[in-house]
Amino acid sequence: MKPPSFGYHRPQTVAEALSVLARYGPDAKVLAGGQSLIPLLNMRLAAPKVLVDINRLGAELDRLDEDEQAVRVGALVRHARLARRTPSTSTTGTSMADAAEASIPPLLAEATRYVAHPTIRNRGTTVGSLVHADPAAELPAVLLLCGGSVELASVHGTRTVPAEQFFVGPLQSALAPGELAVAATFPRPPARSGSAFREVSRRAGDYALVGVALQVALDGDGQVASARAAYLSVGPTPVLVDLTDAVHGSTVDWEDAGRLAQSQVEPDDDIHASAAYRRHLVGVLTRRAGEVALARAREASGDA
Amino acid sequence: MTPEPDTRLVGATAVTPGDSGTADRGTVPAAGDLFDITLRVNRVPYTVRVPARRLLSDCLRHDLKLTGTHVGCEHGVCGACTVLLDGEPVRSCLLLAVTVDGQSVTTMEGCRGPDGGLGPVQRAFMECHGLQCGFCTPGFVTTVTAFLAENPDPTEEQAREAIGGNLCRCTGYQNIVKSVLRAAELIRAADGGAGHLREPGSTNGNGPVTVDGEA
Repeated sequence: MKPPSFGYHRPQTVAEALSVLARYGPDAKVLAGGQSLIPLLNMRLAAPKVLVDINRLGAELDRLDEDEQAVRVGALVRHARLARRTPSTSTTGTSMADAAEASIPPLLAEATRYVAHPTIRNRGTTVGSLVHADPAAELPAVLLLCGGSVELASVHGTRTVPAEQFFVGPLQSALAPGELAVAATFPRPPARSGSAFREVSRRAGDYALVGVALQVALDGDGQVASARAAYLSVGPTPVLVDLTDAVHGSTVDWEDAGRLAQSQVEPDDDIHASAAYRRHLVGVLTRRAGEVALARAREASGDA
Repeated sequence: MTPEPDTRLVGATAVTPGDSGTADRGTVPAAGDLFDITLRVNRVPYTVRVPARRLLSDCLRHDLKLTGTHVGCEHGVCGACTVLLDGEPVRSCLLLAVTVDGQSVTTMEGCRGPDGGLGPVQRAFMECHGLQCGFCTPGFVTTVTAFLAENPDPTEEQAREAIGGNLCRCTGYQNIVKSVLRAAELIRAADGGAGHLREPGSTNGNGPVTVDGEA
């Protein structure tokens, strides 16, 4: 088994990559980590005429730019770099005191640890995972939940597409022919908030049957002010659900939130799970992630 | 016993390391073009001429004749083809050889001990019956070698997590987990034993090898 033949280009600068992409348009495909693209080539499900290998663009694209508002992840930042920022005891708390981890939004680091296996994470990239736009992938849901965006560059300039417009269908993103996704920006969570990522998969490292990224924000009195969740593998794109109505105020019932979420998603049957089972998992995972996120929000508010 | 690179297939002459054909010069090569790449595999430098679509796994096995790397599913699921790229485990079936031009690769063959005998991870798999048919073993040995370099004293749970991306259809994994823990003991006892894999120095007398992988 081997990929079909293709023309191969290995640019040395982003500008050079963009000019090649402009020349070949829909016939060109960008190779970064290749952990989704090369299986498709191996199985001959994809046959691009030209492959533009951006792995020599590390100086421009293997960058993490962090400030107080957000972290900007360059197109060659591999999953492992973000996943390593999470302490192995992450199930018990976000450990904001950990300076190394504090620089990456905890939800991004936690979700990244659910992406495939460590070996795949050594090669696959965060931005590549977003562009691949697999509805069962973790990071699109995280980007959607935190209100992030993707920067798309072409010879005509750069445009920034917010997450809610970026994921347009299964394996379909807003990336147009001739464009290169150069970075994704993940805003930091607000003060007095907590988040959690949870998923259920057949085996560790498999694609999720259902997963959820969930964030809870507290008001000044320590009550739940808002709760939102993004679900993966329950539709053609990640699905954002506002859970605030079910959990705001003093009595928080995550079972209620789970039922609310179940009413908002329309999962499909496939060979991995039935729609009914997926809907069941939406309820279960909402509770699991919600309890953890709320505990973390209280911890972050000094009200543990 | 040192790695014995195959020197029979010498065809690509006058190849300068780092000169990777037309790819770096701004023109787009046509499908089927060949590229001269250099790889440092188990500390031996190779120059090899490959088509762009050559997977690293096939380059190692077919062009360099290093058949210690096994190829199972060829889409990144089974882990049998795992090798270390600059010390980090990667799936060699999910990498194009041209992409890793100029980088260092460690395969199963490179996981031998400094004396050329079994390395500590290999010895642990033998002692603990961590293999039956052996097909998956090269992927486990490379994965575990890198894991123990990063975490020399893992818990059983960490050992299980570390091998989560490698499939074995024979053992039921119990003895593989034991092998990981035993390998950790052997490496600690040998006083930093796995560290030698990350040292690019100390070549073992083999000069550069040139291979023409055109096929």
